[in-house]
Amino acid sequence: MFHKNHAEPSGARGQSSAREGRLASFRPSRWRAPKELLLGYGLQLSATISILVSFGILFVLVKESLPFFELVSPWDFFTGANWSPLLEPRSFGILPLIGGTLVVTGVATLVVIPVGSLTGIFLSEYASKRSRKIFKPVLEVLAGVPTVVYGYFAITVVTPALRTVLPDLGVYNALSAGLVVAIMIIPTVASLSDDAMRSVPNSLREAAYGLGATQREVSLGVVFPSALSGILAAYVLAIGRALGETMIVTMAAGATPQLTLDPTESVQTMTGYIVQVSLGDTPVGTPEYLSIFAVGLTLFVLTLGINLFSFWIRHRYRQAYS
Amino acid sequence: MKRSELFPDMLEKRHKRDRLFYSLTVGALWIGVVALFVLIAGVLWEGLPWLDWNFLQEFPSRKPEKAGFKAAFWGSIWVIALTTMFTVPIGVAGAIYLEEYSANNRFHKVIELLIANLAGVPSIIYGMLGLIVFVRMFQETTDPHTFFGIQVPFGRSVLAGALTLSLLVLPVLTITSREALRAVPDSLRQAAFGLGATRWQCTRYHVLPAAAPGIMTGVVLAISRALGETAPLIMMGALTYVAFTPSSVYDSFTVMPIQIFNWASRPQTDFHNVAAAGIIVLLAVLLSMNALVVVLRNRAEKRRL
Repeated sequence: MFHKNHAEPSGARGQSSAREGRLASFRPSRWRAPKELLLGYGLQLSATISILVSFGILFVLVKESLPFFELVSPWDFFTGANWSPLLEPRSFGILPLIGGTLVVTGVATLVVIPVGSLTGIFLSEYASKRSRKIFKPVLEVLAGVPTVVYGYFAITVVTPALRTVLPDLGVYNALSAGLVVAIMIIPTVASLSDDAMRSVPNSLREAAYGLGATQREVSLGVVFPSALSGILAAYVLAIGRALGETMIVTMAAGATPQLTLDPTESVQTMTGYIVQVSLGDTPVGTPEYLSIFAVGLTLFVLTLGINLFSFWIRHRYRQAYS
Repeated sequence: MKRSELFPDMLEKRHKRDRLFYSLTVGALWIGVVALFVLIAGVLWEGLPWLDWNFLQEFPSRKPEKAGFKAAFWGSIWVIALTTMFTVPIGVAGAIYLEEYSANNRFHKVIELLIANLAGVPSIIYGMLGLIVFVRMFQETTDPHTFFGIQVPFGRSVLAGALTLSLLVLPVLTITSREALRAVPDSLRQAAFGLGATRWQCTRYHVLPAAAPGIMTGVVLAISRALGETAPLIMMGALTYVAFTPSSVYDSFTVMPIQIFNWASRPQTDFHNVAAAGIIVLLAVLLSMNALVVVLRNRAEKRRL
């Protein structure tokens, strides 16, 4: 049943029973074999829960959105550019919600790629042992701040600060939400790209230095490209987190579903809509209640695609240095 | 032909670019550090005057000066305690299976891929799963009836919230525990097997103790993730006005992040200050857990040397 990484022990039984002292206590009990087997199955069962959860999510989302797709045709849902689920005439076209999600994610990505990568390069190539010991935990704290705290930060600090620079900016806007989402995912990109670059063997660096390259040329010209698969996977993973981020966008980006590319506008994201509906007392079975599952399914498929893409990059382009 | 034409990028210029690039990387690093500093300073500035002993003793109120955090604080404790009880055994067992028992076959690869994916599923999706499976149990209403001594469906209870959060942090815990197990050198296993230990004895008495600090780190990280989660609990309908502390797993509840969200989304600025006071409490709990992780990790590193 179980794969044998190591030679299974065999010589432990018998013989010792005749001897005195501590060795006698090592005599295996007759329950040992069944116990081992049961434990193995128990452990396997625990690992199997991930299968259950994955299919559970898919099942729940599909089952609950099927009644919705009887009311609204999937074509109208996925191609409609008007989202007004509460006001008559109702219209369920998800494009504005996807657009809102993409605007926030776009702002976050534009900020986090340079900032996160440069931070990663600093940590991996420039930082002394001591400053790594200080800054890595600081970034970990940044990663551990709850999203509701980031949302509070967005509405009480970032938005007012932006409004002194751009006076026309509304109280709720995608820009502020995107910037704070970027701050939230900086640690992800920084520490994953740091890991990727640190796994590049020193011989590569030494060869480049030997040819007369400067530290920047080594970092950007040799180490960064060698670690590119890991770094790209980090970007994609961070984008996935930005897509699914809920509290920051609910608190800072507003609740105006509109199809726009202008980050200074108020938008509504897919996650923001789901929260808006579940905060209200929407009766079970109404179209707007059912619609959150259709939106959730869309979000799930989107992030699933992104995650698989990240997984694929890491495995397809992994350069093994060992 | 002059030397400078052959080698246009002279060393001086390259070093200048190097210095510029170095300052760019340091600047990028400081963006994150400064953001964290501003966040904490801002919260302290707004919330500290509102934070007193009464804040932890009072229930939420319409009046900001009377509003308190008691229900949310104890709600969080209840939910986290249950979540830990559910997650730790299953997460660690799953990690042990994948690292110590499983063959490198298709089943193993599928589970690995699924766990990696589950770790990336947005938390609000887990909220939907929890709403349908635990709160409603696929029914229209949440009127409870007793089934073999258990109240089903669980409704908007502490139990449903904890189960939802358990599923959410399970992949995180499994992944970190696996890393901890993988860091245990093979020589330890070989020695144990060589002395006639069974696979379980080897795992239980040799691998697990060696991996314990790493696993503990994973546990603390998973718990702090669960402690800060808001979206899935809003999704499954954790109440925002709760004026009591839970006394059983079937009681409705609120948690610190939801109470903070509730206060922060009110128009009155006084309530924003109350929210900041709540954030201070939440961050204090989280930061002390973070410090625990650092201590555990340092101890583990020292032991390895």
